[in-house]
Amino acid sequence: MVKVVANAKALKKQKMPQWFYQLGSPRWFYELSGKWLPWLGGSAALLLTIGLVWALLFAPADYQQGNSFRIIYLHVPSAFLAQSVYLLMAIAGAIGLIWKMKVAEVVAKCAAPIGASYAFLALVTGAIWGKPTWGAWWVWDARLTSMLILLFLYLGVIALNSAIGDRQMAAKASAILAIVGVINLPIIKYSVDWWNTLHQPASFTLTEKPAMPAEMWVPLLLMVLGFYALFTWTLLTRCRTEILERERRAGWVCDLLSNSQIK
Amino acid sequence: MYFSSFSDFIHMGGHGLYVWSSYGIAMLVVLWNVVIPLLKRGTVLASLRQRLIRERSHESQA
Repeated sequence: MVKVVANAKALKKQKMPQWFYQLGSPRWFYELSGKWLPWLGGSAALLLTIGLVWALLFAPADYQQGNSFRIIYLHVPSAFLAQSVYLLMAIAGAIGLIWKMKVAEVVAKCAAPIGASYAFLALVTGAIWGKPTWGAWWVWDARLTSMLILLFLYLGVIALNSAIGDRQMAAKASAILAIVGVINLPIIKYSVDWWNTLHQPASFTLTEKPAMPAEMWVPLLLMVLGFYALFTWTLLTRCRTEILERERRAGWVCDLLSNSQIK
Repeated sequence: MYFSSFSDFIHMGGHGLYVWSSYGIAMLVVLWNVVIPLLKRGTVLASLRQRLIRERSHESQA
């Protein structure tokens, strides 16, 4: 009788759509992501190869910046990605906090090192691009400083995850840091409008026509899509490994491990 | 094709060092994002399999 009441309560509590709960099942996530991986990897390889050849060989040089302009094809995608991955990490962290969803905790943990790597790439390519364009590797301007803070936030999340032994505590602490750090995202976005900075305003937005010819922005679009596809591949691969480790006692993981075909 | 010769391509109108160092570092970051997850998966699968074999042999002995 008690069980029936508990079940009824659980049913009543279930307010989110069905897929939301399925996504919370590590096994379901593992099997679905396995089907996506080859497509993601393939499209990432294709987009990045075409984008790279186009960016280096066929895109025209900028009339002011010359060929150093080609750094945009790395700088913009990595900067986009560093910010969206952060948002994803914070949202996943929040879902983990609120619904105690295992998969969300895994996603939040696995996104951090990937996001950090792209924040690093955005900063380094920015510095290398700054030298011939501004005459300085680094200036303490709002855009650059807030991007550096983004990298430090990522490093903080990684440090919390590895320093706290208890898995649930680690997930909680790093989720809170990630959520608080979201305040940095609008600062990055609007820094070029709010403050006088060396950094140029966005030349590539979702809503407006780009202020450059198609032979410049089409390869940029390909690179952005390629970086996103690659990120998704990396994230899913990392999450799947983390799920196997966490669920090693589950029957389906033991079955999977017993199958020596699975590499 | 934007460049007229291979040495033009390498030179990048005087920006060769900047362009090529950026692309080199990006290549490393991309490789890191491909190789590390695959290696990690390999080592984790191997250690989980070993653990499973150990546990099963314990069970059969008991």
